[in-house]
Amino acid sequence: MKVRLILACTLATLAGAASAAEDPMHSPVWAQLAARHFGTTPYVYDERVVVTVPGIVENQAQVPVTADARAVPGVTKLMVIADLNPIQHVLTLTPGPSAPYISFRFKVEQATPVRAAALAADGVWHVGSRYLDAAGGGCSAPAMARKDADWTETLGAAQGRIWRDGSGLARLRLRVRHPMDTGLAKDGTPAFHIEQVEMKDENGASLGTLELFEPVSEDPTVTMLLRVQPSTPSVSIDSRDNNGGVFRATVPAPWKSSQLANP
Amino acid sequence: MSATLSRRNALAALSGLAGAPILSMFDAEAAPKAYTLMPQKLTDGVWMVAGVPEAINTANGGAIANISILSTSEGAVIIDTGPSKRYGEQLRVLAQSLTGKDVARVYLTHFHPDHVFGTQAFPAESVAATEGVIKGLTELGEGFSAAMYQAAGDWMRGTEVVLPKHVITSSVEDIGDRRLRLLRMKGHTASDLAIFDEQTGIIFAGDLVFLDRAPTTPHADIGAWKVALANLGGIPHTMIVPGHGPAEDNTRGLDQTRVWLTEIDAIIGQAFERGLDMTEAIALPLPEWTNKIALARYEYERTVMHLYPKLEAAKLPKVGGRG
Repeated sequence: MKVRLILACTLATLAGAASAAEDPMHSPVWAQLAARHFGTTPYVYDERVVVTVPGIVENQAQVPVTADARAVPGVTKLMVIADLNPIQHVLTLTPGPSAPYISFRFKVEQATPVRAAALAADGVWHVGSRYLDAAGGGCSAPAMARKDADWTETLGAAQGRIWRDGSGLARLRLRVRHPMDTGLAKDGTPAFHIEQVEMKDENGASLGTLELFEPVSEDPTVTMLLRVQPSTPSVSIDSRDNNGGVFRATVPAPWKSSQLANP
Repeated sequence: MSATLSRRNALAALSGLAGAPILSMFDAEAAPKAYTLMPQKLTDGVWMVAGVPEAINTANGGAIANISILSTSEGAVIIDTGPSKRYGEQLRVLAQSLTGKDVARVYLTHFHPDHVFGTQAFPAESVAATEGVIKGLTELGEGFSAAMYQAAGDWMRGTEVVLPKHVITSSVEDIGDRRLRLLRMKGHTASDLAIFDEQTGIIFAGDLVFLDRAPTTPHADIGAWKVALANLGGIPHTMIVPGHGPAEDNTRGLDQTRVWLTEIDAIIGQAFERGLDMTEAIALPLPEWTNKIALARYEYERTVMHLYPKLEAAKLPKVGGRG
């Protein structure tokens, strides 16, 4: 396991010149991004933080990604960053009692490294990286919903399902209808996106929160692994967008093992 | 952002500069590329130019689909025009040399760019397609064009989307001494044309049939596609020319396409029912037999990305809305 410790402050001082070779993606902007998002907190490149992207981008507006830091102990935050996107910060999961794992889809403007950074119990950001090859155009294309005059009718409508897997985690798949406008589209539509999602059990105890940013795809569709009590009958999900829209969903959590064999 | 400057415009701008002294040193490298069109004679008066079993790339110039040429007393019939203006121009010359006549009729089997972007080389009045194909090209042609310039690069130089002027409304057309049955179907796309040549008994299936090359699904309706395959199988024929893969005098293409669609659809459906996300579904193993199929993993991955959003929209239970 290659784990290299680099102090972000040192890196900033050296203007990235000496450390650029350390980045497995050789990204021209990573040093600045790391300084911006990690501040003075140190970070390491850690292959235990796994980023999975497809070999081919079929739709630049809907690129599937999985960020999985379950192999790193004590992760309190999982941040996803796409270096060369016009808006680099894609989302941040604060898992609370749940697993540092998320699958989602996002928009890409061009081929880019995709990073998952996990802040772990050791006080260090552990960074996994993967290169995504893409043609681009996903951020500057208007949302599909903008062609549909009735899009406001379905705004915030949620669909979801929970599977319990063998390890006792509840696998939540959630889809919320929302245009997720980046503010960069040629039609001039301002940024309009869901910015926060919180999962709670029946007693209102948090099961984790998710901050979403403009690059997350239209009709955000996510998979998360929540740690719920066997007695928990359902998970409630409160979402809020940057225009003050509030959306509420309740997903039943049936306690029966699914066929899922820890993918 | 430079989104308004399309790749085509960029290439055109570059070629406009080619005479400038600073770029003249690149002239030798910028010599026009030429496709190697090798017609395979299927029977008297019928030829197929085979596409390579690859994804579109800058080496193959997008020449991945099968193109057919038939001779008639009135002139050549061409089925699909290939990926680019350059391909279309070479195809027209080839058809003239094989048949000794100019082109009387061009048919487009469906609206995907590897089959129709050579249309520019032919008079629009001679190019026949269904209303569905024309509608699809009108809506998505520019997007296809951008994708083709990205994938195939300089091979696409000068290629523009042109719409066929002859709308197919009848189910039979006589071109000179050849009677062609025009079978309007759907499944691979919303409008697929298969052509049955009465004289030879050959079915030109377009992309309703793939053989030894994995089927593509960006606009597929798998249920409708399997109905179309069953209908094609009910027509007594001597040979099937698939959209991709070898022409054979058996039903292997029909069978293999049906089995692929059934099995891939089942794998993806089961992955969804198990709660997997797309990247997890993409990583699942494929049936052993698909090891022999070109681009199996690549097309499976694409198909997951095509089908998953539809499954999620249709099958995830409704759990809430505006608070």
